[in-house]
Amino acid sequence: MQFRLEKRPQPSQLMLYLAPVLAVLLTMVVGALLFSALGYDGIGAVLEIFTKPLTNPLKWQDLGVKAAPLIIIAVGLSIAYRANVWNIGAEGQYVAGALGGTAVVLLTMKMQGPWILPTMIIAGMLAGMALAAIPAFLKTRFDVNEILTTLMLNYAIVQLLYFLLRTSWKDPMAFGFPRTALFTASQSLPYLWPGTILHWGVPIAGIVAIIAWFVMGRSVFGFQVRVVGSAPNAARYGGFSANRTVWLVMLVSGALAGLAGVLEAAGPFRQLVPAFPTGYGFTAIIVAFLGRLNPFGCVIAGLVLAISYVGGEVAQTTLGLPSAATGIFQGMLLFFLLAGDVFVRYRLRPVVARAQGEAA
Amino acid sequence: MDTSPVPRLELRGITKRFPGVLANDNVGFAVMPGEIHALLGENGAGKSTLVKMIYGIMQPDAGEILWNGQPVTVANPKAARRLGIGMVFQHFSLFEAMTVLENIALGLDAKVPQRELEAKIRAVMQQYGLLLDPHRTVSTLSVGERQRIEIVRALLLNPSLLIMDEPTSVLTPQEVEQLFVVLRQLAKEGCSILYISHKLHEIKALCDTATILRGGKLVDTCDPKVETSRSMAEKMIGAGLKDIVKGKDRSFGAARFTVRELSVKSDSQFGTSLDRIGFEVRAGEILGIAGVAGNGQNELLLALDGEIPVGADAILMDGKPIGARNTSERRRLGLCAVPEERHGHAAVPDFTLADNSVLTARDRLGMVAGGLINSGKAKTYTGDVISAFSVKAQGHGSAANSLSGGNLQKYIMGREILQNPGVLVVSQPTWGVDAGAAAAIHQAIVDLAAQGTAVVVISQDLDELLSLCDTLAVINGGRLSQKKVVGEVSIEEIGLLMGGVHGTAEETHITAGAAHAVPA
Repeated sequence: MQFRLEKRPQPSQLMLYLAPVLAVLLTMVVGALLFSALGYDGIGAVLEIFTKPLTNPLKWQDLGVKAAPLIIIAVGLSIAYRANVWNIGAEGQYVAGALGGTAVVLLTMKMQGPWILPTMIIAGMLAGMALAAIPAFLKTRFDVNEILTTLMLNYAIVQLLYFLLRTSWKDPMAFGFPRTALFTASQSLPYLWPGTILHWGVPIAGIVAIIAWFVMGRSVFGFQVRVVGSAPNAARYGGFSANRTVWLVMLVSGALAGLAGVLEAAGPFRQLVPAFPTGYGFTAIIVAFLGRLNPFGCVIAGLVLAISYVGGEVAQTTLGLPSAATGIFQGMLLFFLLAGDVFVRYRLRPVVARAQGEAA
Repeated sequence: MDTSPVPRLELRGITKRFPGVLANDNVGFAVMPGEIHALLGENGAGKSTLVKMIYGIMQPDAGEILWNGQPVTVANPKAARRLGIGMVFQHFSLFEAMTVLENIALGLDAKVPQRELEAKIRAVMQQYGLLLDPHRTVSTLSVGERQRIEIVRALLLNPSLLIMDEPTSVLTPQEVEQLFVVLRQLAKEGCSILYISHKLHEIKALCDTATILRGGKLVDTCDPKVETSRSMAEKMIGAGLKDIVKGKDRSFGAARFTVRELSVKSDSQFGTSLDRIGFEVRAGEILGIAGVAGNGQNELLLALDGEIPVGADAILMDGKPIGARNTSERRRLGLCAVPEERHGHAAVPDFTLADNSVLTARDRLGMVAGGLINSGKAKTYTGDVISAFSVKAQGHGSAANSLSGGNLQKYIMGREILQNPGVLVVSQPTWGVDAGAAAAIHQAIVDLAAQGTAVVVISQDLDELLSLCDTLAVINGGRLSQKKVVGEVSIEEIGLLMGGVHGTAEETHITAGAAHAVPA
């Protein structure tokens, strides 16, 4: 028996919003089965990963710190994806942001003042934009697929990070380890409350989401992004240039990924090390889709993914799960979400009789 | 000739339901051998669904199909062809880069050696006067010739019922005449023909019987030779027809919209390049641009409304060159346009109507301040459009794709017309729109022109242009003919222009389509 996908006339709005929830539930069920098959306590592992971070108040701060960069990057990506511009290079733009911020750090090592941190943040955002400008240029000028260029630039920028850490940016006091000097107090994000690890990046993530929600819903820019993504011909008819939109959304998503990078460098890390790229830029893709490309959805989805990070670390110590478990859960989540979206928009129909040579 | 009283095809109580619509509701009629039977109805009346069930593409939910008096189940098109049912679709399924012969061979169920097939094809062509070189590449053929391929493909199977789905919508008047000759000959030989159309004069000229559908239901089966076009139209739309009311002694003002030497190179292989197009529209004038589909109409609309770049002096509005201006700038100057494709071009299908108003009216009607959209203004304006054009929609929050084709078109026309444009360019304003909505749209265009707007209407529907427009030009192969005054030009003349015969003797060039024309 053959099957084919048939477009549903009217996708259910309810299912559109239920799909992410279903994806999370399916991930938990299949995850439990998978780890049971591998000889672990599957159900225990799932409970450990998905409930421990929520039930243990000590882990709440971790959630905020992990969620902040995911949310900031995902909000930017969701704007690009709304316009059907597939920026897969947030990881690279995130690293570029950290590099931009650190360049300021290394120039201001001997200085003090409240202006240093904002300068770092601006430099980081500009660096993210600069990296995103390359695929934007290639796409608008030569029609080069942005999925490939953004993806490949991720690897290029990480090599640049390694190169700088081993050469001119290496801290002479680091006994030959490839890392920069520690950031000074003027160069670091302050904590919200002394004694916690919550830094200013966490509220900034919330502010970014609110601004993005307002801009996407009320401004001409947001309208333009939505039209270009939804109906490119109508956008051209309405006077919106497709190339201009590509540039705008690439720069915005690059700037936000860069912002996340510089905040992460100036917050939790306070120095640049080879282990800085942790895949937030890739995980944020999942966050953007799980959040239905909606800024507030990204906040919720960012927290869900942060749970998987924090829970994964807990399960490593308590259950001895491999560290790859987090990645497996995140991968399954995206898989089930995309699969669920297919079935929200299409249904599976058995092909009864093959109609040959039929026109229309 | 078969004169038996058993119908060739009989439908009894055919019912087909789709989610949300009853496409066919208890429809029954009979087609006798050798009869040319019209299936008449507006878009959405259920004609296509009905023939798809006869041809086996869909199965009825209830009712039965009798073939020569025997109940049959037509499982798929292959089974239909085995019974002797042939079908010529409105949209051809031909490979542009292959020859006529290769295309026909690909469409056959059985493998036939090429030489044998070619002999057969030539015999069929000879018999019916369907002249065509089997070795020509399809991309070089006119639309009429392409249709001949489809007809030959159907005739090779010696059908005893031939279904023709809106066959004349892409033909010139002369090509229509040639087609009718072939169909009459086929009928004389005993082949039944089911002829789907909404063009009443054609049905009067060709058909023996007409079955009229409305809203999926059978309204009447009548003799089109006895009925008048008007009486059939009223059965088709279920209400009295409204005529366009034009003011007496229309006079035109100064030239408002001038196009000079407009040439556009098409960027797609099978698109049409525009070749030195020129015309002038005065204030209050409605200029019609006729032509068979695919002769540059799409490119022309895109060039006029600013979606593809042209030279600065190629387009003038009120004497000002605007060719270098983009879409938004042209709109601000008062040039509004409605492209042919409603979904995804003239409107964003999954946006609300209010958002669709923002799409084109935002600058002209001040819906934007400081980069932010004033959604209140957009909603108010959308409400005005809905009430002024009696758009059947729940309100400004309805999604564009929740409206029927006719209602969406009324909304789109209203959205542009209420912006009070100095120049309005519309393509296929009533394509796929029911007669009631079409009449409303036509009246709105006439009323707008009466206020001094210069209007350009691009349409394939010659009847529409003749009743709506003051002047008429014909586009063929990307070239535009001289402007003619409606009422002073004959249908034959327009038909020749549509077929590719241009202007004066030394300029006359005949396209492939006309060169192979068969005398009717």
